[in-house]
Amino acid sequence: MNVRALIVAAGGANYGSLCEACRRIGVDAHLSDDPARIADATHVILPGVGAAAQAMGALRARGLDRALRELRRPLLGVCLGMQLLYEHSAEGDVDGLGLLRGRVRRLPAAPRWPHMGWNTLAPRMADHPLLRDIGRDDWFYFVHGYAADDDGATLAAAEHGAPFAAVVARGHVHGTQFHPEKSAAAGRRLLANFFAL
Amino acid sequence: MLARRLIPCLDVADGVVVKGVRFRDHRVVGDIVELARRYAADGADELVFYDITASPERRRVDVAWVERVARELDIPFCVAGGIRSVADAEAVLAAGADKVSVNSPALARPALVDDLAARFGSQCVVVGIDVDAQADDHGAWRVVADSGKPEQASDSGRDLLAWVREVDHRGAGEIVLNAIRNDGVRAGYAHALLDATRAATDLPLVASGGAGAVEHFANVFEHCAVDAALAASVFHAGEIRIGELKRYLAARGIVVRP
Repeated sequence: MNVRALIVAAGGANYGSLCEACRRIGVDAHLSDDPARIADATHVILPGVGAAAQAMGALRARGLDRALRELRRPLLGVCLGMQLLYEHSAEGDVDGLGLLRGRVRRLPAAPRWPHMGWNTLAPRMADHPLLRDIGRDDWFYFVHGYAADDDGATLAAAEHGAPFAAVVARGHVHGTQFHPEKSAAAGRRLLANFFAL
Repeated sequence: MLARRLIPCLDVADGVVVKGVRFRDHRVVGDIVELARRYAADGADELVFYDITASPERRRVDVAWVERVARELDIPFCVAGGIRSVADAEAVLAAGADKVSVNSPALARPALVDDLAARFGSQCVVVGIDVDAQADDHGAWRVVADSGKPEQASDSGRDLLAWVREVDHRGAGEIVLNAIRNDGVRAGYAHALLDATRAATDLPLVASGGAGAVEHFANVFEHCAVDAALAASVFHAGEIRIGELKRYLAARGIVVRP
């Protein structure tokens, strides 16, 4: 199947890096905020830089929240985009898309807040295709102050003060709390795994 | 476990990378994209591009080079210099930067930090702080404004530790502490300043100014609880290769991304 990748572009954040990261692995990803284009894509990435309340507002204003809820093809939320998949975020006390059960909470203040830098993963379901060729020795770039609970949807956890969900999946809905597009070779492998789903 | 980060800082003036000693006498060291690509391949954890002319000349950062860098890099980068408003930050972030760093404009209008954090989230907001301190000035560290051009540099009237606490409270996500007297001198980082800053905040803290040898990096990570070390001239001159530096640090038991 030919990949028709779409990056949900709502809210003026950083999409160029994600587009380029896709291009480097041979995937031509298009940017759009048109709900009809989302329905037509084979793979959808929901990025996000910014604060949760603002980002949800931007999705709702364009009817993208409904389009994302109706989607049945593989979806990957990245960083804030992953947090928006959940029922609720404590950042701005805002309801999310509710595609994953659970809540996004503020990370503990210690040892540092926010969590910024390169960290490793503790796989919980290492045989999931999204984690193919990715293990405990791979480093990923995180930059976030809030995170989802390490629960049944967790494919791999990371730890910063407390364990949190770093890679999640339930059905067609996936998320990474880190930025694969900023995580050098390991990030490239994860994106390639997503487009192979 | 979170790795300690090594961050080459590329000072940008008129679209090329330059380096001066104590912010003076700049000379061209190379093309932005070429250097960025080289550092990423060499294992840099992150890059900082500091537009040293935008801030003192009150110009906006030219986003064309930010876009070029974003297309090339698969590691994060931060843009500093010339960001005076939410609109300035938005342009730079939309062009592909992961973080913006504010310094003098935040001293002039501290609410800029609140505005940036509310719009983009704290994780995007770095506050750079320049301090001109003698080793024996304990407790009397003043923040310097407009240090990008020495003839415009001035005492901001702010006490370092009070300012650190204030920007933390206002929503900063990281602090880069630059010791002006150490910058370019290559005699080691300013440990006393970093220790005092560390005690005043739980934010990620980046040491800047003074790296001249691999031991300086090991020392600052072993003695100061800093999250990252930033350097420019030792990397640009090729005297310290990041890959070799990381192997040295790892051998000393410091957690780094290989």
